[in-house]
Amino acid sequence: MTLLEAKDLTVRYGALTIVDHVSFSLEEGDWLMLVGPNGAGKSTIVNAVSQGAPYTGEVRCLGRDVKRFRANELAKCLGVLSQTHTVGYAFTVESIVRLGRYAYSPGAFGGSRDEDDEAVRRALELTGMTPFAKQSVLTLSGGELQRTFLAQIFAQNPRVLILDEPTNHLDLVYQKQVFELISAWLKTPGRAVISVVHDLSLAKAYGTHALLLNQGKTVSSGTIDEVFTPQSLNAAYDMNVSEWMRTMLSQWTEA
Amino acid sequence: MPRNRIQKQGGADASPSTLSLAAKSGGYSAAQIALFSLAAVATLLFCVSAGSVGIPVSETFAVIWNAVFGLPQPDSMAVSIILSVRLPRVLCVALTGAALSLCGAAMQGLLRNPLADGSTLGVSSGASLGAVIAIAFGITIPNLPFAGTMVLAMGFAFLSLVIILSLAYKIDFSLSTNTIILIGVIYSMFVSSILSLVITFASDHLKSITFWTMGSLLGASYSNALVLLIALVVCGAVILRYARELNAFSIGEDNARHIGVPVRKVKFLLLVCASALIGVCVSIGGSIGFVGLVTPHMARMIVGPDHQRLLPASVFGGAVFLMLADLVARVILNPLELPIGVVTSLIGAVLFIVIFYRSRRVRA
Repeated sequence: MTLLEAKDLTVRYGALTIVDHVSFSLEEGDWLMLVGPNGAGKSTIVNAVSQGAPYTGEVRCLGRDVKRFRANELAKCLGVLSQTHTVGYAFTVESIVRLGRYAYSPGAFGGSRDEDDEAVRRALELTGMTPFAKQSVLTLSGGELQRTFLAQIFAQNPRVLILDEPTNHLDLVYQKQVFELISAWLKTPGRAVISVVHDLSLAKAYGTHALLLNQGKTVSSGTIDEVFTPQSLNAAYDMNVSEWMRTMLSQWTEA
Repeated sequence: MPRNRIQKQGGADASPSTLSLAAKSGGYSAAQIALFSLAAVATLLFCVSAGSVGIPVSETFAVIWNAVFGLPQPDSMAVSIILSVRLPRVLCVALTGAALSLCGAAMQGLLRNPLADGSTLGVSSGASLGAVIAIAFGITIPNLPFAGTMVLAMGFAFLSLVIILSLAYKIDFSLSTNTIILIGVIYSMFVSSILSLVITFASDHLKSITFWTMGSLLGASYSNALVLLIALVVCGAVILRYARELNAFSIGEDNARHIGVPVRKVKFLLLVCASALIGVCVSIGGSIGFVGLVTPHMARMIVGPDHQRLLPASVFGGAVFLMLADLVARVILNPLELPIGVVTSLIGAVLFIVIFYRSRRVRA
C-alpha cells in the first residue's frame, strides 16, 4: 500500500532550483533515507512534502493530493520531527505531548477525551518520558527534549513520519535511543518513515530504501543496497566514500 | 547538578496514574472565574471610592447599586462624583487594562517573543498617528466630538496591520513571526518620525497631543466604556477561542503547523483582533505602555504558560493593574494628575526588570 508519493517535486527560490524533478514513493513499512552532501536539497524536500515550502509537482498521501488536505487531516497523515526545538516558555513535557492530539480534537474545547489521555500516556511511556511528564521542558537536555517531541509525534499517530536530521545535535546514546524508538514505531502496520540523515552508517543500519541526491537531482534511488554502492556514493559526494568509511571503522577493529 | 535534581523530583511524583487529567489543557472553573471577577469588582469599588474626595466604599457600592437597578439616590455630592466622573473613568481604565493585557499575552504567544505587545507590531504607533492627526488637524464627526480621534486611530491601526502583513507576505510568504516583528519595529520607527513631523506642524495643539501620547483616561465617558466593552467581548472571544493554538505557536510555528494548526488563518485572525482591540484602546486612552508587556509576564509566573489559563488571568490582571496605576496617577501628586501612561511606564519598567532578573535566576 503506497502511503506517500512525490512526483516531479521541484522547489525553486527565485531563479535558483533547489530540488529538481525528484520522485519517490513510500510503501507500508518503508524507511526511506534521504542522503547526499550539504546543499543536495534533502531538507527542502521534507519541508515541501510537509507543506512548509512552495513547490511544483505532486505530493500524495494515501492517494490524495496533500494540497487538498485540511491542516488537521494533513497532521493525521504526516508527522514531522525537526532537528532543533526552541521552546521559549516553561511548558511541561506532558502539555507538549498532549498538543500532538490537536488534530483529533481541534478547537477551544478539544483535548480532553479519554482516547487522547490514553495516547498521551502511551507516547510518554514508549519514549521513556513518563518520569519527566510534569517537568518544565526548559530543564531538559537536548536528548530529552528530542524524545519529548518524538512522544508528541507518537501521540499524533501519523501514517508517515518525516524526520529532518533528528539526531543531529545528539550524542551517541541519544542517537541510538531515537533510532531504536522510531524503528519500534515502524513495526506497527500501516506506517512508513522518511528521514534526512547525514550519517551513512545510521542510514544503512536502519533504512530500507534510500534516495541519493546531489545539487537537487536524484543520483540514485531504490533499496539501501541498490543505492549504497561505491559508484553512486562516490559520484554524489565526490570522494571515495567506502574507503573513508572503512578507514574510520578500522580504527575500532584494530583497537 | 541542579538539573538532575529537578529531574529526580519530577520522577518521584509523576507516575502514569497521576498523569491523567491534572495537566490536561483546560481553563478555570466557574468558581475561580467568579473569584477573579470579585477581586476585579472590589478593586473597581476601591478605585472609585479613593481620590481627592474620599468616599466610603459602602457608599460607593450603594450609589452604583441604586444606579444599576434604578433606585432613588441620596441627595449627596458623592453621587455625581461617582456616577459622572469616577465610575465611567475607572470602567474605561479596567476595560483598557484588560484589553491591552489580553493582546499582549496573545502576541507574546503568537510571536513566541516575551517582549511582544501592541507596540512591537507597530499597531499602537499606527493608531497613535491616526489619533494625533485627528487632534492636530481638528478632525471631528458632527455631534460625536470623540469619534474623529477614535475612527482615525482605528483606521490607522488597521492600515498599519495591512501594511505590515503585506510587506511581511511580500518578503516571506509563510508570514514568519520573525519577519513580522522586524517589519513591525521598522514600521514603528518610521511612524514615530511622521508623528514628530505632525507635532511640529501642529504646535497649537502641542499640550493636548503630548498629554494624549502619554496616555490619559481623563474625561472618559460611558459611551467610551461601551465601545471598549463591545471591542473586548468581540475580539476577546476570538482570542480566547484560539488559546490552544496559541500554546502551539508558543512552542514554535513549524511545530504548530505540523500538529495540524491552520497557522496562517489563526495568525491572521489573532493579529486582526489584537490590532482592532489595541486601536480602540489607543483611540480612547492614548498610548499606555507596559500594561501589555508586564501583566502577562506576571500572570505567566503565577498560572504558567498554558494560554487557556494565562489569557483569562491576563484579562483580570490587566484590569486590576491599570485601575491601581490610574489611582496612583490621580492621587500621588494631588491635586495635580499624572498621565496614566507615565505611571504604568514607571511601575512597569521596574517590575519588568524584577521579573526578567528573577526568570534568569530561575533558569540559571
